[in-house]
Amino acid sequence: MEITMNKIADRKIDLNTISSKDGTELNQASRIEAKDVKVWYGDFMAIKGIDMTIKPNTVTAFIGPSGCGKSTFLRLFNRMNDYVEGFKMEGKIKINEDNIYKKKINVEELRKEIGMVFQKPNPFPKSIFENVAYGLKIQGITDKKFLNERVEKALRQADLWEEVKGDLKKSALALSGGQQQRLCIARTLAVKPSIILMDEPTSALDPISTAKIEELIHHLKEEYTIIIVTHNMQQASRISDYTAFFYLGELIEFDKTKKIFTNPEKKQTENYITGRFG
Amino acid sequence: MNSIQKNRLKDQLFKYWGIACTLIGLVLLVLFIGDILIDGISRIDWAFITDLPSRKAEKSGIYTALMGSIWILLLTTIIAVPVGVAAGVYLEEYSKKNRLSAILEINISNLAGVPSIIYGLLGLEVFVRIMSLGASVLAGALTLSLLILPIIIVATREAVKAVPKSIRDASYALGASKWQTIWYQLLPASGGGILTGVILALSRAVGETAPLIVVGALAYVPFAPSNPLDEFSVLPIQIFNWISRPQHGFIENAAAAIIILLLITFVMNGIAVYFRNKWQKKWK
Repeated sequence: MEITMNKIADRKIDLNTISSKDGTELNQASRIEAKDVKVWYGDFMAIKGIDMTIKPNTVTAFIGPSGCGKSTFLRLFNRMNDYVEGFKMEGKIKINEDNIYKKKINVEELRKEIGMVFQKPNPFPKSIFENVAYGLKIQGITDKKFLNERVEKALRQADLWEEVKGDLKKSALALSGGQQQRLCIARTLAVKPSIILMDEPTSALDPISTAKIEELIHHLKEEYTIIIVTHNMQQASRISDYTAFFYLGELIEFDKTKKIFTNPEKKQTENYITGRFG
Repeated sequence: MNSIQKNRLKDQLFKYWGIACTLIGLVLLVLFIGDILIDGISRIDWAFITDLPSRKAEKSGIYTALMGSIWILLLTTIIAVPVGVAAGVYLEEYSKKNRLSAILEINISNLAGVPSIIYGLLGLEVFVRIMSLGASVLAGALTLSLLILPIIIVATREAVKAVPKSIRDASYALGASKWQTIWYQLLPASGGGILTGVILALSRAVGETAPLIVVGALAYVPFAPSNPLDEFSVLPIQIFNWISRPQHGFIENAAAAIIILLLITFVMNGIAVYFRNKWQKKWK
């Protein structure tokens, strides 16, 4: 709850102070801070004490071999691990100064702040419109005009509007994989989160769809903080400002992407990005 | 004969054996239905459906039994569906996977295998006597509800389980609560499967005789029930009653009533198949 309250207060100020070059209102991105985070699944320790600060309006790529904990770490930020059996967590994760793992946090409110896009496009078996409007409708918003505006804006932001505007009633399952993934991004944007988590969002897509989504990510960082898990080194170097390399539940190196890919501090990082292991 | 020829022969033999086995069931069913049709089809007319039962076979109709069956069907639906679906959703979505839930699960499967007459005795004691509902439609419907609850629970669980995890993830990630996810995503997505289970369970209920006899459904009722506490009869009991009469006319009546009962269950099963197919298409 507190998070939203803070954010609403923030936004009021932002209306006057922050605007993009053409004068339109901008969404306010959030900052993430993880302190000594440890995660267990049953007896297995998946994250072994990670500290990390992610600045607002940046794109951060999480890289590392399968099973290194990068997805687990990503899912901590919107508490999607809560449903995993045997999940246990220690440490603090703060989003704009609020610890999201304290007891009285409202997980549903938190997830409206922190959107997520998954590996496989997962539209609901409903119409395109219903997919995008879902996040708003569950907040009790029924005003048709407002919904229509938000849906259109989200679809435009996700670069899907031109392709679907005549057919919003069509089933989302009839779209192509790339379109479905952009629909899932639009669905997330419609709720106006401040952070977007992406868990290998292009791994199921063809190169052209991938390029579209990468371009999208580039635009979105103007208004959002973006974290993307990826197995694709080129993708990480193309789209991210910062890169974090995970290995066996530890954060080996976290720095500007340029530095990681040209002059990494650790030998392990270099070995991984040059393809010597992983 | 070499081994290849031997294997081929075995292959052929097994094929024909399989065909024969399949046909046994089908042929018997066709013979049975054919026999019933010959006996009963000429007896079916509008009057047969709208007439009250009578001592004279040719004046007898199934009106009261048919109305009793419809009442039972409606009340059973109203009672069993919400309870069964809610229990199924609870077991699949809320209950923690521990020993207690394992015991619950096994017992629900066991309940599905309990002979229906046992349910009848339970209904007689609990609904007819303790709750003093008497031999009413309501007592009968409550008894049949117990009987088909396990089927609905299991069908609901299977249908809800079949909804991909990615849909749950997507809903939760947008800030939906558990209840919203169930109501807006899981139930609509699993609706076809649940409906199939419900209809199959109900078509079983409409053919049940033993538990209703124990509960006290009457073989002869001169009127159709007008409220849930009225006495009643149902089609299977009417059929049973007519078949036990010596006069040939009643045998014809029984055959005709069987045709109506079969028609009801076939139509219900048909609807179930229709929804299942429609639902499967939606997901593919």
